[in-house]
Amino acid sequence: MKARIKITLKEGVLDPQGKAIANALGALGFDGVGDVRQGKYIVVELEDTNRASAEKTVEAMCKQLLANMVIENYSFELEGK
Amino acid sequence: MKASVIVFPGSNCDRDVAVSLEAAMGKKPAMVWHGEADVPASDLIVLPGGFSYGDYLRSGAMAAHSPIMRDVVAKAKKGTPVLGICNGFHLLTETGLLPGVLMRNASLKFICKDVWLKIERNDTDFVCGYEKDDVIRIPIAHHDGNYFADEDTLDRLEGENRIAFRYCTSAGETGGDANPNGSRRNIAGLYNETGSVLGLMPHPERLADPALGGTDGSPMFASLAKALH
Repeated sequence: MKARIKITLKEGVLDPQGKAIANALGALGFDGVGDVRQGKYIVVELEDTNRASAEKTVEAMCKQLLANMVIENYSFELEGK
Repeated sequence: MKASVIVFPGSNCDRDVAVSLEAAMGKKPAMVWHGEADVPASDLIVLPGGFSYGDYLRSGAMAAHSPIMRDVVAKAKKGTPVLGICNGFHLLTETGLLPGVLMRNASLKFICKDVWLKIERNDTDFVCGYEKDDVIRIPIAHHDGNYFADEDTLDRLEGENRIAFRYCTSAGETGGDANPNGSRRNIAGLYNETGSVLGLMPHPERLADPALGGTDGSPMFASLAKALH
């Protein structure tokens, strides 16, 4: 089974990298670009074939290491078996 | 006084801080590898600057789960003084010994220069050799030094007198361009509830010898040697 995990900054947390990306897009001539937020995308392969227990494991992974819960949120999808 | 310096793969200020500690204590600190399970009995534990584990994922995120950190956290909770400098400060926030997080600098640039710091209080083992409101010159060298915590946490930290140092001008004025990295409330260093754990982004060990061009960092090591002898 694969877990596809997205780590994003919480609302209200300034994202200077996102801002720099927005500016760069504007400089390239892409008009109408509003706020840009950037984050991390992590794919973890799991041996577990049980969805419920895999979900629990990935939750724990996100909380303990992959996300810093002070500034980041996480979400994930499980796919395959 | 016995001090231990924890060495991670990627630490690069471990030997600098060891020199500063030895100059103040008259004794070499123990250098403890991150893979060890226990810190030897110590009056002070130092988490040095550097780029532990290449700063992968987030600065300090991997090192926070090193085998040695379990014992560092346990000893810190029992009251052993812990000093975290730069990457060491990242580790203190990643392990939850200090609140908040150090984000990418607001300018997105790695900043390496001397800054001015205001001593917010001088009643802890780390800073008893300074006067309150002293302004000192200390170098910074970081990419992720932009201190962030939510407003409630910041209010609580101020209310509990836990700000150790703030970025300021040479005249001691905070705010504006004196803040190099965007840190909330100009915070450069922070204590835990009891004042036994200190994390700071600037590097006192880099201006603690006349040969380095200044000695404003020396009183920190002298303070620790005096308080913990």
